[in-house]
Amino acid sequence: MTDTATERAVRLAAEPLREAGPRPGFASGTLTSLRDIADHRELMGFLVRRELKSRYKDSALGFFWSLIRPLAMLLIYYIALGKFLGAARSIPDFAIFIYTGLTAWTLFNEIVTIGTASIVANSGLVKKVYLPREVFPLSVVGSAIFNFFIQVGILLAATMAVGRFPTGTRWLYFPLSLTLLLVFATALALLLSAVNVYLRDVGYLVEVALMILFWASPIVYSWALVQKQLACTPQMTAATCQTHQTLEQLYLANPVTLVVVGFQQTFWVAGDGEPIPTHLAERLGIALVIGVLLLWVCQRIFARLQANFAQEL
Amino acid sequence: MDNTSVIRIENVSKRFVIRKEKSLKERVVNFGRSNLHKDDFWALRDVDLEISTGSTVGLIGPNGSGKSTLLKMISGILQPTEGSVHLRGRLAALLELGAGFHPDLTGRENVYLNASILGLSKKQTDLHFDAMVEFSGIEPFIDTQVKFYSSGMYVRLAFAVAVHVDPDILLVDEVLAVGDEQFQRKCLERIRGFQHEGRTIVLVTHGLDQVAEFCDRAVVLEHGRVAADGSPREALKVLRAEFESTRLEEVERAVKTSDAPIVRKGAKFTGIALRTDSGATGHPSLKRGEGLTVAVELEATTPLDDWDIGIGIATPLGPALYGTNTKLLGVRLPLHVGVGRYEFHLGELALGEGDYSVQASLTSSDGTEIHFVPQAAEFSVEGDGSSHGALAARARFTVV
Repeated sequence: MTDTATERAVRLAAEPLREAGPRPGFASGTLTSLRDIADHRELMGFLVRRELKSRYKDSALGFFWSLIRPLAMLLIYYIALGKFLGAARSIPDFAIFIYTGLTAWTLFNEIVTIGTASIVANSGLVKKVYLPREVFPLSVVGSAIFNFFIQVGILLAATMAVGRFPTGTRWLYFPLSLTLLLVFATALALLLSAVNVYLRDVGYLVEVALMILFWASPIVYSWALVQKQLACTPQMTAATCQTHQTLEQLYLANPVTLVVVGFQQTFWVAGDGEPIPTHLAERLGIALVIGVLLLWVCQRIFARLQANFAQEL
Repeated sequence: MDNTSVIRIENVSKRFVIRKEKSLKERVVNFGRSNLHKDDFWALRDVDLEISTGSTVGLIGPNGSGKSTLLKMISGILQPTEGSVHLRGRLAALLELGAGFHPDLTGRENVYLNASILGLSKKQTDLHFDAMVEFSGIEPFIDTQVKFYSSGMYVRLAFAVAVHVDPDILLVDEVLAVGDEQFQRKCLERIRGFQHEGRTIVLVTHGLDQVAEFCDRAVVLEHGRVAADGSPREALKVLRAEFESTRLEEVERAVKTSDAPIVRKGAKFTGIALRTDSGATGHPSLKRGEGLTVAVELEATTPLDDWDIGIGIATPLGPALYGTNTKLLGVRLPLHVGVGRYEFHLGELALGEGDYSVQASLTSSDGTEIHFVPQAAEFSVEGDGSSHGALAARARFTVV
């Protein structure tokens, strides 16, 4: 036995035995899960870079493609909705308005869609190496954030171009909304990516659900229009009014709605006079608390489900 | 200090449920009968193992005996259905080389990614990067996308990364049989280095020679249970016997299921005995240069026509050293029915000190094996301690 060998033996003898693989336990596992993920943050960085580098690797325009999609969407909505349907008349700076919503939506959409598929897409790794599997959905979040900030850059350039650059306290809505969006999207990505391993239908379901969610949020139409439809008028019976109010609250319970309105508060300077939901900041705060709770629950479900990933893939 | 166990496997069982349906339609249609479409399969059953630090353990067994499943369980990829697996120290698993390689990234980028997957920090990778590339021997292509690599280059780079991770426990699954011979030797050298540094290695392999060469302990798995656990020699003996019985079973089954009436020659060895020139029998001990007589008794239930008897000498670990048969000796055996006795005499065996086993085979002239006994009898050879290895020679040393 060499010195290194004895040294190693001594060191190992001092170490306690640990369980192989993820730790069981619903609540008690949270800390170890977090520590595991923190230990692998560098790997996560590599995965994010891999994602970004490989995505448009062999195309001539390369990274530019990730910008073309939202710009095309902007153009479509601006012309079809804004000009043909006349939405631009009631919404000032309609292009900025739409692009603000689309920026937030693209981030959410990307995290949830790509996140859902992330475990299955990395099945080669999941089956062959033990890693805290959370790194795969989380690295999707990372690469989505990168794209997001490029879009925010374009958005800011656009606001500058129209001469209404957001300044001052209105920026406070941005970090709050962004955090809320990330928390919810991450929670969903974790949960759905795990379920998707067992039931591949989830991928298709997510597509449909996201489409509904897109139209259920004030992205291409303004909150003012919704409010006008749901407002109580004197002709209404009390019951109808009640229903309308419930619907309004329901609409506002959608975290994406809150996020989009929050974003608009920051970037859509021309919309200052427009009505906004009451107690927006409070709503965002409450949603954030719920979101964090949801994130925790989803992570625990993920941890529970991941034990059988390797054999299900 | 040597007895610290780094891997403790307690009563581990693993059940796989084989579902034959996946879609909703199938589930609805088969609702209620869904248990019919579920098969339980126990990949491992009550496995108990304790592996101590610094040991090299070979995990062997026929295909589907649960070797890889056990390895995956140790590395934490799969969870045991029952029982528990505990570890000490840092673990690296080479279950598949280049599992984390991304075809669109360059070799360099993949080295960092893969090292990170195996648990190396960027700083450590920086430190080892040159050594890794050097080891892989593909320096000119390190900045090429790996999708343009040949499979050999791919494997070289992957192995280079893997061996530069600094694990306490290394799990290796069937990945040594890659690359050309020169590279393979490099890998094996590296593994010897690991042994020297007191790392624990668990090796899954079908290369039984490797087990004999590297491991100080071998575990034979058979249908998910530990069939043997001990010195590689003992374990290989058990495994070979198992292979032979499987082969016989298969032959039996083939005979039963085939429609065509195969004229199967019913014959088998009923006894094999050894006798040295000096008259010792049983498990005889041979002096250097002494001859050995192998006597076989066989019984044929159908007439044997056009057939041969063969014998061979092998080391206890398996590799055959010598073999001959009646065909090679130019003997044509007569038509035979009933019990018969035959003898081979092997004169002046130039074998080195050690234990040897005798194999016997009964073949028909078209090459099909009628009966084969891998370890029919054993004998040992006495030496004067002047040499090692299976071969003996008259050695002399002079200064000129």
